[in-house]
Amino acid sequence: MTATTTSATELAANRRDIRPGRIITWTLLLIGGLIMVTPLLFMFSTSLKTAGQVYDLKLIPAAPTLDNYIKVLGDGRFMQWFLNSTFIAITVTASNVFFDSLVGYTLAKFEFRGRYFIFLAILSTLMIPTEMLVIPWYLMSSQLGWLNSYWGIMFPGMMTAFGTFLMKQFFEGVPNDFLEAARVDGLNEFTIWWKIAMPMVVPAISALAIFTFLGNWTAFFWPLIVTTSKELYTLPVGISSFSAEASIQWELIMTGAAIGTIPTLLVFLALQRFIVRGVMLAGLKG
Amino acid sequence: MAKIELQGLVKTYGQTRAVHGIDLTIEDGEFVVFVGPSGCGKSTTLRMIAGLEDISGGTLLIGDEVVNQREPKQRNIAMVFQNYAIYPHMTVGQNIGFGLYTSKLSKAEKQQRIAETGKILGLEKLLDRRPAALSGGQRQRVAIGRAMVRDPVAFLFDEPLSNLDAQLRSQMRMEIKSLHRRLGTTIVYVTHDQVEAMTMADKIVVMRDGHILQVGSPTDLYENPVDIFTARFIGSPSMNMLEANLSKGALAIDGVAVSGLTLPAHEGKVTVGLRPHDLVVGEGSSPALSASGLVEAVEPLGSETLVHVMIGKTLVTATAPGRVVPAVGSTISVHAEAGALYLFDAASEKALGRA
Repeated sequence: MTATTTSATELAANRRDIRPGRIITWTLLLIGGLIMVTPLLFMFSTSLKTAGQVYDLKLIPAAPTLDNYIKVLGDGRFMQWFLNSTFIAITVTASNVFFDSLVGYTLAKFEFRGRYFIFLAILSTLMIPTEMLVIPWYLMSSQLGWLNSYWGIMFPGMMTAFGTFLMKQFFEGVPNDFLEAARVDGLNEFTIWWKIAMPMVVPAISALAIFTFLGNWTAFFWPLIVTTSKELYTLPVGISSFSAEASIQWELIMTGAAIGTIPTLLVFLALQRFIVRGVMLAGLKG
Repeated sequence: MAKIELQGLVKTYGQTRAVHGIDLTIEDGEFVVFVGPSGCGKSTTLRMIAGLEDISGGTLLIGDEVVNQREPKQRNIAMVFQNYAIYPHMTVGQNIGFGLYTSKLSKAEKQQRIAETGKILGLEKLLDRRPAALSGGQRQRVAIGRAMVRDPVAFLFDEPLSNLDAQLRSQMRMEIKSLHRRLGTTIVYVTHDQVEAMTMADKIVVMRDGHILQVGSPTDLYENPVDIFTARFIGSPSMNMLEANLSKGALAIDGVAVSGLTLPAHEGKVTVGLRPHDLVVGEGSSPALSASGLVEAVEPLGSETLVHVMIGKTLVTATAPGRVVPAVGSTISVHAEAGALYLFDAASEKALGRA
């Protein structure tokens, strides 16, 4: 009897919660979600189709096949591009975490003449679009002999204004008492940064690492410009080259793209709680 | 252990002078408490001793060596911070052991020291816990442990108990005091709480606006304050102050009868200080000072009651012994014995003597 009464009350409460405003919100969110998910579903769907089925827009293929995966993974070039992307994304991410944190910490925790000016100068570079920078980068790479090299692909992103800004904001929240306690305990400034300050901003480091990794994993424009040798292609550039050959092989492109999303999905799933916090902080403190 | 000497120590921030050339000698093994209101320069002085603030002028000696230009780590002092500053990503054991980070001891020796320190502070069962799983008092002990483990020449405490509740504060006061007795290390302790200063210090340094007003034992400061500020700051509840006039050896206070006092030689306006515990409710047998007034408020404390009475135009605090609680709005008499009055020059606020 009690159970019946309770469930009737809950039902009434739930009914009260369903308001027109909520229905509109949910509908909009559902539409937004579908728009986001559909290309991904088509990507996976197409990767399971044969060349002849590609323009059959059914989401579930009539005769799913893993041939494309066998073909792509069996192609030595694909693995090379995958490794290139992995090496570049990891190196640039590590570099960003290290240098952005170091500069962010310095700007947040040390008093010196010109500190504010340096911060503004770094921040102002965020206003310059990448398209404007590509030509100077290319000329610089050309003059320094960096064209067609890993370093040529990586150097523009080894340190970013965004990362510096993000880390500075986080380091400002680290109480000075921790750093001073370590100073009294006899640590040098580098060790204080590494042993004390860095572990306290792990959420920021994770967010920065994810942003940087995703950005570099999917980078297309600059790697396409700076590389001509197929051995140095990154995954997005390599996959796009499937379309540049005799015909556009959508099923292979989609298969490559599907494999390429796996590391990003894994990274994101593992660290998504940090990325949300990172985005929130970057937004709130900006 | 070491003696610490401050010789004309100055701290300036731009055009603002925070500490005005103070002189002080802290003897080896002494427990010295800097006390004063916020912004008086006590924490700045402590931070200069620690090496966390540059010294703008004067000389600082630790163990007879000038250390003005030395980094904090070269001074071999340990500091306990107001917010404990124990590292959240390390366990209790790692936090305590962090004080030995730069030490050349072997790993086994370090572990032994950590275990010993943990035992002294009652933390031996908590060594594997993270700070988040500790109470305020336990965190404070960890902070003290990190300072202790290094065997420094002096401990510096910067308002270490201000984040604790009253009961825990009282317990920690006793623990720090017994720790000092056991270790015998020089301690410089900063607080704005005069109760902490009175209960813990061998020597109290009262500071105001970057100056040292008075240095002395707790009893010295309580009995012989050099000015009105110190008189009001030391002692709880704080000293009552009544405006008065001293003329031809006679003391006139509005609404108060005075007799049989030996007064200091002074002419003019004075301020009379009376500690609440010396101003007692009732007529008294042969009081040197007596008055009556309207009860404005009462604070029953159990063993006694603090009574706020309007004497003339001044609200003063008196004490009603025992469990007598006068009614608010009633008129009562208060009295004080000879020797309970502190006289100060009204203009300079300097002490003139007792009466």
